[in-house]
Amino acid sequence: MSEISASNPVYRWRKRKNRVMLSVSAVALAFGLFWLAWILATLLYEGGTALAKASLYYQMTPPPGADGGLANAIAGSLAMVIVGTVIGAPIGVLAGIYLAEYGKSGWLASATRFLNDVLLSAPSIVIGLFVYSVYVARVKHFSGWAGSIALGLLVIPVVVRTTDDMLKLVPNSLREAAAALGCPTWRMILQVTYRAARTGIVTGILLAVARISGETAPLLFTALNNQFWSLNMNAPVSNLPVVIFQFAMSPYQDWQRLAWGGATLITLAVLLLNIVARVMFKKTL
Amino acid sequence: MSAVPVSAHGVDNQINIAVTERGSLPSRTRSLAWMDTAFKWLTRGFAILVFSILAAILLSLVMGSTPTLEKYGLSFLWRQDWDPVREDFGALVPIYGTLMTSLIAMLIGIPVSFGIALFLTELSPGWLKRPLGTAIELLAAIPSIIYGMWGLFVLSPLVQSHLQPFLVNVFGEVPLIGKLFAGPPLGIGMMTAGLILSIMVIPFIAAVMRDVFELVPPMLKESAYGLGATTWEVVFRVVLPYTKVGVVGGIMLGLGRALGETMAVTFVIGNAHQLSASLMAPGNSIASALANEFTEAVGDVYFSALFELGLILFVITTIVLALSKLMLMRLARQEGART
Repeated sequence: MSEISASNPVYRWRKRKNRVMLSVSAVALAFGLFWLAWILATLLYEGGTALAKASLYYQMTPPPGADGGLANAIAGSLAMVIVGTVIGAPIGVLAGIYLAEYGKSGWLASATRFLNDVLLSAPSIVIGLFVYSVYVARVKHFSGWAGSIALGLLVIPVVVRTTDDMLKLVPNSLREAAAALGCPTWRMILQVTYRAARTGIVTGILLAVARISGETAPLLFTALNNQFWSLNMNAPVSNLPVVIFQFAMSPYQDWQRLAWGGATLITLAVLLLNIVARVMFKKTL
Repeated sequence: MSAVPVSAHGVDNQINIAVTERGSLPSRTRSLAWMDTAFKWLTRGFAILVFSILAAILLSLVMGSTPTLEKYGLSFLWRQDWDPVREDFGALVPIYGTLMTSLIAMLIGIPVSFGIALFLTELSPGWLKRPLGTAIELLAAIPSIIYGMWGLFVLSPLVQSHLQPFLVNVFGEVPLIGKLFAGPPLGIGMMTAGLILSIMVIPFIAAVMRDVFELVPPMLKESAYGLGATTWEVVFRVVLPYTKVGVVGGIMLGLGRALGETMAVTFVIGNAHQLSASLMAPGNSIASALANEFTEAVGDVYFSALFELGLILFVITTIVLALSKLMLMRLARQEGART
């Protein structure tokens, strides 16, 4: 009768295996968090001093050996991220509205949803190649517009996905109530469902902004880089990610220092955007 | 306001309208009906735009790579040369590098992600679930260039001074496996790139695994617990079989990410067009070859070879990501059918 007791070897072995496996899973979690902590610690340690220097924000990127800052890169990045979001977000929101509100049936909506999800994870460098071949190769020069278009293309799938998801969360009774009052569909969407889902959609746009702020690969072939202060979007524009890439790969100490400063700046901005988006989203639920 | 305006009179009026203008709505409503069609087509137009982006990318890449497609045909895939001077190109080295680094990333990333998902769904106390999950998701938010820089300055010296000597000590004498870790300790190479990639794919795979684990009906788990199963047995024999398709879908999503990752790999892979048995040797991946060489390429053939690399990468990742999506959709449909 003693088969199910603490002394039964099978029973003991199962319990031990359970304990080992669960400890391993805790170790796995610690492993994941460990990298996050380590990367953040390195950034703060290496980039902290660079960030504290005011010249980082008002001086231009220097030639090797000279003092300088990242002002032109910061401004260029901001300009391209803003233009990219302005291009991508409306397209994404409108396409997302179609998917959620008109796409219950029919092949177009389900196919678009599918392709959009593929696009969401598609390699960003390929987006760079695409913009190069359809825009840069035509006008024959790198430009801030090209960089913004590439970033806009990266914004679209994120926004489509969140708009679609958020509108689907809006209870159908709201739509029915609007329809019962004689409200036409377009007004129902804009004044009832879109309003109800607005915070969620803004969250999606913020996440998209966070994603493109650190994107480097698509800018390499589109915006290129510029050593000087220039906000002429029709010419190559300096931007943080490409400057970080160039400076970090260089053998010069002071360039590497600036690269760390830029890297820390981008990471803090991106993490902040993510956290703000999450807090906003949590409040709506 | 009194209740008087809502009288039988008002209703009569409306009925009158309906009777006298039968078939045609009042003019205000008619103009709105026109707006309705316009709005529908406006949003549909943008949906079609999004729908066609992928096709447009494919088309532009095929057009860009016509010269090499015509020159080499399929043999481009297994030609080993990469000689811009003689304009002789082949994709074997970057393809090998891309696949190998992704393989390393998957070997490390999959078990770790599974452990994290297991912890978050079964072990973590309720109040810790959210902060821990968010922390793991923040790993995915860090831009890839940061991973690359961190890999170059922090991880690769460690690989050089500790990991490779250790691996050589342990496996160096073992036939075949020993070869994988041979070579001078440079710190940069496919192993370092694979390690960085593994950290980068963990949040993606772990998030999908956690989400699909939560889909398992509590009743199933409770009955297993009721029969005396341990937590591990419940996860391994009940949760995992139930969510198999979704788990594979999550892994494919991570794989798709790893294959296309550019900046992190470019920093640490070494960018050498050489094929070597050792994982410690510098190599090249498709994405990093593009990042490094594209702006410096001269001549139609060179450009076209790079475009074709992009095409290969795009086709591989699209297939992997599409499969991932199909699997996750299958799990969702199963779920819908059961409940």
